[in-house]
Amino acid sequence: MSDLYKVSSSPHVRAKDSTSKIMLWVIIALLPASFFGIYNFGLRALLLILVTVGTCVVSEWIFNKIVHKKNTIGDLSAVVTGLLLALNLPVSLPIWEAVIGGVFAIIIVKMLFGGLGQNFMNPALGARCFLLIAFAADMTNFACDTYSGATPLALMKNNAATEGVALMDGVNSFDMLIGNTAGTIGETSAVAIIIGAIILILAGVINLRIPGSYIVSFAVFMMIFSEGGFFSAGGFDSNYLVAQLCGGGLMLGAFFMATDYVTSPITPAGQIVFGICCGVLTGLFRCFGANAEGVSFAIILSNILVPIIEKATVPRAFGVVKEAKKHE
Amino acid sequence: MGLKTFKGGVHPFEGKELAMDSPITEVLPKGEMVYPMSQHIGAPATPIVAVGDSVLKGQKIAEAGGFVSSPIYSSVSGTVKAIEKRRVAVGDMVNSIVIENDGQFNEVSYQAVEDVASLSKEDIINRVKEAGVVGMGGAGFPTHVKLSPKEPDKIEYIIANCAECEPYLTADYRRMVENPDELVAGMKIILQLFPNAKGVFGIENNKPEAIAKMKELVKDEPRMEVCELMTKYPQGGERQLIFAVTGRAINSKMLPADAGCIVDNVETMIAVYQAVKNGIPVMKRVATITGEGITNPSNFLYSMGTSYAELVEAAGGLKGEPEKLVSGGPMMGFSIFSLDIPTTKTTSSLLCLSKDEASAFEPIACINCGRCVEACPEQLIPSRLAKFGNLGLMEEFEKWHGLECIECGSCTYVCPSRRPVAQSVKTMKKLTLAEKRKK
Repeated sequence: MSDLYKVSSSPHVRAKDSTSKIMLWVIIALLPASFFGIYNFGLRALLLILVTVGTCVVSEWIFNKIVHKKNTIGDLSAVVTGLLLALNLPVSLPIWEAVIGGVFAIIIVKMLFGGLGQNFMNPALGARCFLLIAFAADMTNFACDTYSGATPLALMKNNAATEGVALMDGVNSFDMLIGNTAGTIGETSAVAIIIGAIILILAGVINLRIPGSYIVSFAVFMMIFSEGGFFSAGGFDSNYLVAQLCGGGLMLGAFFMATDYVTSPITPAGQIVFGICCGVLTGLFRCFGANAEGVSFAIILSNILVPIIEKATVPRAFGVVKEAKKHE
Repeated sequence: MGLKTFKGGVHPFEGKELAMDSPITEVLPKGEMVYPMSQHIGAPATPIVAVGDSVLKGQKIAEAGGFVSSPIYSSVSGTVKAIEKRRVAVGDMVNSIVIENDGQFNEVSYQAVEDVASLSKEDIINRVKEAGVVGMGGAGFPTHVKLSPKEPDKIEYIIANCAECEPYLTADYRRMVENPDELVAGMKIILQLFPNAKGVFGIENNKPEAIAKMKELVKDEPRMEVCELMTKYPQGGERQLIFAVTGRAINSKMLPADAGCIVDNVETMIAVYQAVKNGIPVMKRVATITGEGITNPSNFLYSMGTSYAELVEAAGGLKGEPEKLVSGGPMMGFSIFSLDIPTTKTTSSLLCLSKDEASAFEPIACINCGRCVEACPEQLIPSRLAKFGNLGLMEEFEKWHGLECIECGSCTYVCPSRRPVAQSVKTMKKLTLAEKRKK
């Protein structure tokens, strides 16, 4: 019976796409923002990137060794996590804190929940939020050789709270588009991030459902409730809206972190609901919160809502709609 | 734009160029012939010959086992050697009649009809039933049952499934290029049964020559038209085809007739023509013997009951050691253990793959990327259904519409983590249906 041919259940052919190739596309798409970060903040940015990426990959490798699991670093997801984490850190962050961030992202947020595909929270964002709470001062210190301190969003929040100061005082929304402002390594340049987003869309890695609904719902929320919105004392200020859209990692969050497959809904309608959740929460945190940003917290809170969103948005299968109508 | 299609689907490597220009040639069977009693959906046929009987080509050797069943005819003359269980392409052991071919091809005489238009509806359906015509696209549903819907006047579309969306397969294409008149004649006969219907030939636009040929032929047929479809798998899925042609959507609990449609495959329509006009029962059909592992990829008109081995030999044999042999297309076909298996009414192809992409990769974790969702022509969430299947969560599986799966395999095809998504869903679907039958 040894001359029998191999059998298996159909289909017998496969597409060429692979998970590691998808991860590679994400890494490529993050390069413009990374390079801009290094250009904007200097070589220390590169050092931080290398440290977090290295920490993430090594953490995953060691974890797999300890629990006797097959090695999974080949899927490149740890590299993506490390890179995203670095882009979310201020350039002045002490190296040892970045290492703790990388370990936290991989071990606590990802591997302890079962590794790739099982974590309910974006590892890079989970780690960022952890660092924000644990090392609040270092994580919000944006002073470096190039910039003196406050991010544009923090400036605007201050301006709004200060009597007699114009809302946009000291803020240039064109600089924010290009990225010549203070902020985390990868969040400042909207242009670089959008170039990366276009790469992801063209490569078929992401679609516009989540980022589109995120950005639109956020913009609408800000037009209604913010200091530069239609109902504010000063009336609608388009420069303010552009600054809000470009600042605080909104673009990075919308295109690269809210779109994380593992921690976003798989149902098409759910993805739109998820994007709106992110947008509204970000708007809420920015308008009414103590902090000027809020993207990270908005996304990880929305991550937690994913199972409920999915349950509520199970699509009706092809042809089932018609039957339901028939029985009316 | 403007091309008709459905939502979802995939674009697998076509591979049609291997056999598409090879004209249909007839292969005369040499060795013993095996006729499984289940070549169709429904009750198995009952043998009406005994061991030692001599039979003629075209002689009925098994009677339909009920209304949803179909008779079987000998495609050679010779002697009945055995009636025993034999392995068939899907892997089961099926009671089969084995006939020693005497190589003479002595034939019975068939009752042809001068004027088909004078036949009554009952006559037509009877001739289809007697000839053993079943859905030859692969499902094998008895055609006379399909042609007898509850309300024939409500049938508005007779759709000829000329999509041939499975990669590699070119048999239907060759039929359309070489025997389009028979296909049109078959359609004409079926239209005779349904006064309110129009006949539509749904052809994928990767077959321009077939489209041109068919358009030329239906020019003077007021009740027929050609519908160009986008080349996309599974365009030839019954529900997807109906949607593309008519815009009507049906689900698993409905029949095409509920949407006013009847769908028949190219080979089936030609069989209808042969049965009704010439009185010739189903004994021969066209199949594609192809793949990277076949010396001369070909389209053969072969006699059912011939072993796959003979067809491979006729195609110049195997090229090197094949990795995998598939009866049918690469997306939905059955891989077979050996070539010593009989061809049946539903054998449309033998595919010889030089690499086995299904087992070449180790599956890794699902990353929830949603590619299976985009690909699913039934708008399901395959990865989630597969998870429910693996965990045995029947209730959840049904709630997420798992039973609507048409088993096209698109989800497994696109999965970047190389997970056996469709396989898990198919298994769970079977288990769920079995559980429902128990209740």
